[in-house]
Amino acid sequence: MSLLSRLRKKKSAIPDGLWIKCQNCGEIIYSKTLNEANKLCPKCGYHYIFSARERIALLCDENSFVEQDKNMTPGDPLKFVDSVAYPERQARHSKKSGESEAVVTGTAKMNNIPIAIGVMDFSYIGGTMGSVVGEKITRLIETAIDKKLPVLISSASGGVRMQEAIIGLMQMAKTSAALYKLKQAKLPFISLLTNPTTGGTTASFASLGDVIIAEPKSLICFAGPRVIKQTIRQDLPEGFQTAEFLLEHGIIDMVVPRPEMKETITKILCYFLHLPIEKQNEENSSKIES
Amino acid sequence: MLTYDFEKPIVELEKKITELQKYADEVQIDASEELQSLQNKREIVCKQIYDDLTPYQRVQVARHPNRPYTLDYINMICDDFVELHGDRRFSDDQALIGGLATIDGRQIMIVGHQKGRDTKDNIKRNFGMANPEGYRKAMRLFEMADKFNLPILALIDTPGAYPGIGAEERGQAEAIAVNLREMMGIGTPVVCVVIGEGGSGGALGIGIGNRVLIMENSYYTVISPEGCAAILFRDAARAADAANAMRITAKYLLEFGIVEDIIPEPIGGAHRDHELAAKLFKEKIVKHFEELSEMTPDELRESRYQKFRKVGVFNETQEPE
Ligand SMILES: [Zn+2]
Repeated sequence: MSLLSRLRKKKSAIPDGLWIKCQNCGEIIYSKTLNEANKLCPKCGYHYIFSARERIALLCDENSFVEQDKNMTPGDPLKFVDSVAYPERQARHSKKSGESEAVVTGTAKMNNIPIAIGVMDFSYIGGTMGSVVGEKITRLIETAIDKKLPVLISSASGGVRMQEAIIGLMQMAKTSAALYKLKQAKLPFISLLTNPTTGGTTASFASLGDVIIAEPKSLICFAGPRVIKQTIRQDLPEGFQTAEFLLEHGIIDMVVPRPEMKETITKILCYFLHLPIEKQNEENSSKIES
Repeated sequence: MLTYDFEKPIVELEKKITELQKYADEVQIDASEELQSLQNKREIVCKQIYDDLTPYQRVQVARHPNRPYTLDYINMICDDFVELHGDRRFSDDQALIGGLATIDGRQIMIVGHQKGRDTKDNIKRNFGMANPEGYRKAMRLFEMADKFNLPILALIDTPGAYPGIGAEERGQAEAIAVNLREMMGIGTPVVCVVIGEGGSGGALGIGIGNRVLIMENSYYTVISPEGCAAILFRDAARAADAANAMRITAKYLLEFGIVEDIIPEPIGGAHRDHELAAKLFKEKIVKHFEELSEMTPDELRESRYQKFRKVGVFNETQEPE
């Protein structure tokens, strides 16, 4: 939550212009090269922030994604005004991101496996969770229960959206409650954590995956580094709250680079759904070649 | 006792009362009539001030160092209390306590955040900010209550879950998230009460109730007013504006359907009269447990689910599917 302003300045979105300097290694990269390489730095492999649509294209079989609840837009229950009024902020971010909210949900196929998929988009108000994110994710889980599908949610979020205050906070409870029902139905939930996933998003659905996967070097935390530093008045350890740090501390199952993500998730789903693995991989490899 | 700027008229009247009392004693005159009139006046002024507190003033009252805490309520309303310790994994969190308790013959499980009264005590209690162990102990006790068919009372009073290195290393986010999911499965009545500070995920982590109540001078928020001010208003000093904007007080929470009931406090706040605060508190929770006692485990689970499922404000344009 409180991370947001810092992340806005520091986030690894790709700046405008043809040539950019890698934020991680300093290499000068042609932006077209970066876009063609799944937004990975060709030199150091640094993972730049992906939009929701880019990730859907990466993970779902071509033309298989069917969006749901795409006409859901945020309200303004508190008539919230900070430096701008909340509706004004919504309009700006909608224009900037091309999305009507911070999550895109629907059904799709992943290497021919039908799934329910939700992908958060950091460029819409820092991927914060308000009523729309909470409702769309809850309905996605309900769709999965209804159609007996596994759920995959890719998170990128500054936490709960302050402009929706307590109503935003309650989305943590709502989404987690839906996952209680998914658990009762014994359907798989894969949680994919991307840079950055913080605050109330981490402290609700994002931490409840049967399997939790993170992209390399992603910042993943409950409390942000700045808040912790202020509280304990100490320097933080090197690499604190990165995906690799979380793996070492037993918080997540694996760190997987973007190009291997689809195959890794497919394989795990094959185990949960008792599908043969080779067949999926053959189809995948033929797809990659073509 | 700590008093706030907005309480100045009350403090002045109290000073007058003390002075008059002292003078009357010295010169041995009967000033009872004047004293009574001053007392009445104090009561009226106190009520006026407390009726009109701004949201941020209420935040200050909720943080008052003499406000009754979880163990104070337990001591005042329970006939018996057996504290249970530890998460069976790492340690015993002193910032989030719990145990078996009896209220008017009703056997229940109580879990609650615990603040310290002085510096030494506050270090032990970590200022009411629980680590993952606290949330895991709470869940262990909730599951125990479910197993042995005991209703649950959860008392919320925390600035937030602790933001520390160890807390992150041991999965603070996961500990809270698991509680949010698993509290949905409890088959006994769950009544949660915000008795002071309802600080974000750290509050919600024990806050999945069939009924969520709040005391009159408490607040429940996604982020502290200071934190919100620093980020959205770019000035931590604008905490009062942030408190207004976030609608964090009991009145709004009732209006939004986040809480089902408000527990009234003694005039001038719970910190001025612990015994009366406890009496008003007990009346309400007994009433709510009474109302929930007829429900089956499935009904309790489903109504708890629906309470949270329905929260959200958004627009939706219909289009043919
Ligand atoms: Zn690089």
